[in-house]
Amino acid sequence: MSTTEATPGNKYTVIGTRPIRHDGVDKVTGRAKYGGDIRLTGMLYGVMLRSPHAHANIKSIDYSAALKLPGVHAVAVCDDFPDAENKIAELGEGAVNLQHLRHNTLAGPKVLYRGHAVAAVAADTINIAEEACKLIKVDYEVLKPVLTAPEAMKPDAPLLHSNVFTNSLGEETKTLSNVAKHFRFETGDLAAGFKAAKVIVEREFNTATVHQGYIEPHNGTAMWNSDGNVTVWCSTQGSFTARQQVAELCHIPVGKVKVIPMEIGGGFGGKVSVYLEPVAAILSRKTGRPVKIIMNRADCFEGTGPTPGSYIRVKMGADANGKITAAEAYMAYEAGAYPGSPIGAGAMCVFACYDIPNGKVDGFDVCVNKPRTNAYRAPGATNAAMATETVIDEICEKLKICPMEFRLKNGVKEGSRRVDGPVYPRIGMIESLEAIQNSDHWKTPLTGKNRGRGIASGFWFNCGLKSAATATVNFDGSVALVEGSTDIGGSRTGIAMQFAETLGISVDQIIPTVGDTDSVGYTDVTGGSRVTFATGWAAYEAARDIARQMTQRAADLWEVPADQVKYENGGVSGPDGKRLSFKDLVLAISKHGEPIVGRGSADPQCPGGAFATHCVDVEVDPDTGKVTILRYTASQDVGTAIHPAYVEGQIQGGAVQGIGWGLNEEYFYDQSGVMRNSTFLDYRMPTCLDLPMIEAIIVEVPNPGHPYGVRGVGEVPIVPPPAALANAIYNAIGVRMTQLPMSPPRVLHEILAKAK
Amino acid sequence: MRDFDYAAPTTVAEAVQLLQSHKGAARPMAGGTDLIDQVRVGRLTPDLVVDIKKIPELTVLEWSANGLRIGAAVPCYRLYHDPKVTAAYTALTDSAAIIGGIQIQSRASIGGNLCNSGPAADSTPSLIALGAIVVIAGPQGTREVSVDTFCTGPGKNILEPGEFVVELKLPARAAKSGSAYQRFIPRNEMDIAVVGVGVSVTLDAAGQNFVAAKIALGAVAAKPLVAEAAAKALIGQPVSEATIQKAGEAARAIATPIDDMRGTIEFRKHVTGILTARVIQQAVERARGGK
Amino acid sequence: MAKKRIVSTTINGTQRDFLCEPRQTLLEVLRDTLDMTGTKEGCSNGNCGACTVQLNGRPVVSCLVLAVEVDGATVETIEGVACNGTLHPLQDAFLNNAALQCGICTPGFIMQSKSLLAENPNPSEHDIRFYLAGNLCRCTGYDKIVRAVQDAAGKMSSCCEAKV
Repeated sequence: MSTTEATPGNKYTVIGTRPIRHDGVDKVTGRAKYGGDIRLTGMLYGVMLRSPHAHANIKSIDYSAALKLPGVHAVAVCDDFPDAENKIAELGEGAVNLQHLRHNTLAGPKVLYRGHAVAAVAADTINIAEEACKLIKVDYEVLKPVLTAPEAMKPDAPLLHSNVFTNSLGEETKTLSNVAKHFRFETGDLAAGFKAAKVIVEREFNTATVHQGYIEPHNGTAMWNSDGNVTVWCSTQGSFTARQQVAELCHIPVGKVKVIPMEIGGGFGGKVSVYLEPVAAILSRKTGRPVKIIMNRADCFEGTGPTPGSYIRVKMGADANGKITAAEAYMAYEAGAYPGSPIGAGAMCVFACYDIPNGKVDGFDVCVNKPRTNAYRAPGATNAAMATETVIDEICEKLKICPMEFRLKNGVKEGSRRVDGPVYPRIGMIESLEAIQNSDHWKTPLTGKNRGRGIASGFWFNCGLKSAATATVNFDGSVALVEGSTDIGGSRTGIAMQFAETLGISVDQIIPTVGDTDSVGYTDVTGGSRVTFATGWAAYEAARDIARQMTQRAADLWEVPADQVKYENGGVSGPDGKRLSFKDLVLAISKHGEPIVGRGSADPQCPGGAFATHCVDVEVDPDTGKVTILRYTASQDVGTAIHPAYVEGQIQGGAVQGIGWGLNEEYFYDQSGVMRNSTFLDYRMPTCLDLPMIEAIIVEVPNPGHPYGVRGVGEVPIVPPPAALANAIYNAIGVRMTQLPMSPPRVLHEILAKAK
Repeated sequence: MRDFDYAAPTTVAEAVQLLQSHKGAARPMAGGTDLIDQVRVGRLTPDLVVDIKKIPELTVLEWSANGLRIGAAVPCYRLYHDPKVTAAYTALTDSAAIIGGIQIQSRASIGGNLCNSGPAADSTPSLIALGAIVVIAGPQGTREVSVDTFCTGPGKNILEPGEFVVELKLPARAAKSGSAYQRFIPRNEMDIAVVGVGVSVTLDAAGQNFVAAKIALGAVAAKPLVAEAAAKALIGQPVSEATIQKAGEAARAIATPIDDMRGTIEFRKHVTGILTARVIQQAVERARGGK
Repeated sequence: MAKKRIVSTTINGTQRDFLCEPRQTLLEVLRDTLDMTGTKEGCSNGNCGACTVQLNGRPVVSCLVLAVEVDGATVETIEGVACNGTLHPLQDAFLNNAALQCGICTPGFIMQSKSLLAENPNPSEHDIRFYLAGNLCRCTGYDKIVRAVQDAAGKMSSCCEAKV
């Protein structure tokens, strides 16, 4: 096995083991029900009409012919939503302006990107709905599109909005602009820092728009009942956020909306925003029947929220000993059609791995005629790491210092202060580097022509936010655990394991369920690497609640004071050697007295940052620019690995998404703003033939901010790969790549340019 | 998907009649892997789909003294699962093994790949290199044309309304000949060729000189190109790196590619030269008895 | 509209007759008409492999097969892989090796792997990667999927009763 564990002696009984997930059999037999699998009596099918233009005014929409087509039941356009306020709704990880959300769901006076939804039809079959869409006449006044941040920032650039004014360094200005926001972080004395440097490297980077690439298309089914209650079935990363967005857009109280989360086929940040659910709800209100809408793959690319392309300039200086003296970044992220790119996170992450005594970061959130961007695994951090980590590689080359040594020397530790202010608690940046340094991969010299090795590190904050769980003890000693985090990768088992650990019982005795919004307490999205951390904590609290009740019940049973009974080692102990296992106590007390129901909720504040270091060996074909990955090792501080196999899976999956981002994935636009590769054929995510095994090294530096030391795991592994690959490519053939993706035409171009 | 009707005739005559009676609104379908997708995205708008797989002649894979007959609907996997076909017409089985994934190869046919007439079709350069003859059935009976002239532009070919391809005839292979097809793709599978090169060479008895050669290029022009100058650079010359480089240069010179999401002009031209040389080398090795 | 057709086919060993429009794909009929939703839709243009089934013993993407074409054919889907409640070694191996995260690609991977092992009971890592290249997984990075197939191959070849 190339997958290794650095766990020195497990102090837990359940945590650290690798049980089979509770939902596993359903998922290998095809029985699990995903959003697209829902079938309801009388259900209609919805299809969205989308804009063929990247930028246009909508002069009129005439759907009378569509309504006349037999089998068509309703058509919805933006005006069918109540007017939305110009207000911000917090969605857990991220926030959204409701007016923008409304116009993104069904276009208002303008379409702002190709694929922008303009109208929706509900009909007896998908085919009829598709035909009806063709009968809708939209009169467009086509406008010039603007497609990149640097272009959109020019004073004469076409403007997307007539109500977006630049918020400049915290001040609302009166400047109408595509730049929604400009902010700055500063620390120390930048000029003095650069003055003290022996080597300064400054480079510009451009990265392409990329998509999360989940295999399951977006779907949403809604039933607007005669009593005004709306039920929504969907694949979402957050049933409560979906509920909130539907309620806000339809102007109904959240209590009137119930979201039933179906199994979800991947999200990676892309299934937090709603696209279809409110439209299905409106169509259902109009028809009195359930309406289901599923996107096709082109819609997923063109009509959802990819993660932004970016322009980044990084300047860094280091002294002769290889200590960083100063660092500066200018970062412009494409927000897409509406403000709200992950530039904030990107700007906080850009230098987050290193001690920067003097630093300055300028961030710009820039509207362009592309889909409204959204989160994608450590949103904003991967673009930033591409810049910083390759500039560091160049500094190391100039100073003739080993890149590992440089990172060990400058890497952040407990007490280090990030450029944007926060001081780190106990973290594992250095340990993630040491894990690579001690790996067989790093210790094995790479030989052969056109081959090179690169390393890069990455950071992600992780987050806490709200989670809830309830648990019901069954009379046979099993426990039904209901929690609110939609499960994308086995999280219900990771949560059940923490619950079982707390009660000292077997995880097989737990029956975990992801509840709908009426059945479990408010739980924020499955995102921000928070589920195992925060919902795990809620489950821990629910288990402790049960332990408290069991202690009291044992005391009653034994007729001793409760303070003489202790819950320990999977059961209760009392005076005079009294002892009952969890199950035996349940059997003893189940006939009399109230049922035992535990509740737990959490809003933890110290998620503990995650650090990762990746090492990759590549071979570059100097005649075609094609990069072949020979070996890949990823180390990461995960705090405590609850289910090590799932932790490895997160690391491996994230690394491969980062590899795809680094080498081939991109939204390829033509001049008119049309994406030319909106299929899996031409978007080019890695297939299994493009990869070696991905060695995952689990480093455990327990998070002091969690009862079991958990840190978020899911996001940071996507951060280092593009930079690690760029460094390896340089090491192999001596060309510095400053654009993503590093596709064969781009690499070959650099090779040919160098030869000239 | 738009509405269409479906027929599955069992004779060539019946198929011709169906195609003819719909006056261009009928499309023949073999494996359907291009056709169904193109109807779904609206690129094709047939009123009738004529499934030609049930016609016995369309699924033959038959040897004769003159070579091999491949029914137009024979799926890719049948070619590369046949060791005799693989040994004789290696370029074609190279192609068949990389069109789409394994699932696609269960259905997709060489005839369909040819009739789809994509400039980047993986099997067309191989068919050209191997000197294939296309047998076409139509209202006027059958006719045979060289595959070299079959494609006329992106998605366009010489088929007249009512006509469809029945089979491909591959001439018998000369002694000391070898063939190969390679494409450049950014990933290692599941991509459309950015450049594709099919080569067939025949060497003298000693395996030291090129006696005959045919080279075809895909994805670098509006249709697959016959690289005559490249073949000429080989014929009569000793097998050497210099000769092969010259042929590569000649191939590169005739490439007139476009910039698109799959590659740039600069890239495609450069790689045409590189890949042509590599594929010639591979064909030479095969002619000499290697794999 | 084109007339609907009656199609008679054998799915997972059982004779099934259904009515369909010529334009309906096998994938649509499996999911919408026959309520066999184990076969998943990922892209509907043959590029992701999520809808892989076996048609007359060969793996195909059911989004690129017309339902009318399967008249008289045999079709195997994920619903027929476990036998009388017992998981197939591949299903066991996917679970034991944590080879799924979201699980949407899993039925397709299992169907494709089943075809692979029928054709090649002892595949190398490269054989596996080549054969599965038409199936996309976005969660796992494929590492654990490849290991699961290796694991199942090992168990199946050491157990002569194991069904392929």
